[in-house]
Amino acid sequence: MQADHSNRRAVGVVLVVCVVCAALVTTAVVLLRPVQQANQLLDRQTNVLAAAGLLQPGKSVEELSRQLEPRLVDLASGEFVEAGDPDHFDARRAARNPAQSIALTPEQDIAQIKRRANYARIYLVRDAAGEIKTIVLPVHGYGLWSQLYGFLALKRDGNTVVGLSFYEHAETPGLGGKFDDPQWKELWPGKQLYDEQWRPAIRLVKGPVNRWDADASHQVDALSGATLTTRGIEDLLRFWLGPDGFGPFLAKMRKEGDKHDL
Amino acid sequence: MISNAKPGWMSRQARNALLGPLFDRNPITHYVLGICIALAVTASLQTTLIMCMAVTAVLCGSNTIISAMRHQIPSSVRIIVQITVIASLVIVVDQFIKAYAYDLSKSLSVFVGLIITNCIILGRVEAFAMKNPPWLSFLDGLGNGLGYSLVLIIVATIRELLGSGTLLGYTVLPSAYEGGWYVPNGMLLLPPSAFFIIGLLIWAANSFRSGKG
Repeated sequence: MQADHSNRRAVGVVLVVCVVCAALVTTAVVLLRPVQQANQLLDRQTNVLAAAGLLQPGKSVEELSRQLEPRLVDLASGEFVEAGDPDHFDARRAARNPAQSIALTPEQDIAQIKRRANYARIYLVRDAAGEIKTIVLPVHGYGLWSQLYGFLALKRDGNTVVGLSFYEHAETPGLGGKFDDPQWKELWPGKQLYDEQWRPAIRLVKGPVNRWDADASHQVDALSGATLTTRGIEDLLRFWLGPDGFGPFLAKMRKEGDKHDL
Repeated sequence: MISNAKPGWMSRQARNALLGPLFDRNPITHYVLGICIALAVTASLQTTLIMCMAVTAVLCGSNTIISAMRHQIPSSVRIIVQITVIASLVIVVDQFIKAYAYDLSKSLSVFVGLIITNCIILGRVEAFAMKNPPWLSFLDGLGNGLGYSLVLIIVATIRELLGSGTLLGYTVLPSAYEGGWYVPNGMLLLPPSAFFIIGLLIWAANSFRSGKG
């Protein structure tokens, strides 16, 4: 009788504690979500600007991000999509929706993303004359622990790197996470992503890149102590530059020139 | 034990609960608890400060809450209840950091969540809050949080100053990479260096204590 009573009491106390704690956690999550989402948007814009080399100290991100022109691209055809609002496009939700994405075969899926959305939101930056100056592409793929989400900014030629910057990941701080270091990011501008046959040629190599090497323009230093994160970055770039990523879009940009700007 | 023996707001007992963990019973140098997080976050002073605030807030909160309900908790399920309360507080603190210190939350990543497994917190709840009234338990949590913070801040100051030549991100020793004279010691940015520094601190604290006694 005694044991039965105390067991019932134990279950009761645990239940009450669980309900109160769940309510507490839920309240905090729901109340703080708008602030967190605003932070995420600001962070994403900051990263687009950083990848495009447009970030200036002393100027607010809101002001600078007016230069960015978001556009939707149909990845399979490489054409711009005029219907639909690029601001409210959610690539991650689209990738989970079978009607708005494709499943990748293991051979295709070198970036380990399983499904790829049919559309992607890219950003264009124009110069004073209205010509496209920089193209910013969203890229993602699996590193060691997590999906890395970032932006790759290219010049008008669709080949020369302007910058690469990741905004969301859960790699080991101080090892894989070192791709956030300014010193490492500085290695990217000017690198050539494709070879003469327009195949993705960018490589992350061990040790400092020998700048006299014929392939130096395709090579960037790997992150020391983070072999798998490095491999993930190389794979995700190869995927997104390849035929299942932005390959068709970039090929169109190169071929059609300004007609494509419409 | 009974309510008429209620301690004053700042009785000797209360002072002891607050100040004891700062030096004599410091959770790191005396009990060698919570070392995992101490190794992981102390490469820069800014992340360390956020971490210290988070740990102190969770310690104060969990100690106070568990102490207030200590007579209701059946001893057979007390660890479960303690962990539930601690985990909830940690999630709430993590959400606040994500909302108001977004950049730092990115560099802290999983380590805020790992506060749940920090033995200092469960240790204080089980050893102190289950036996003492809420006000004393709150002070004990605050004292332990500050004692933990003291050690972490010392470690982080040494690591960031000698490892990057900066403090809180401001350049103190201009590094050779940026045209200065100081060649940063990269080893101090790696986790093992925190081991060495904490080891030296424990040694210093112990020899000070034995010299006194």
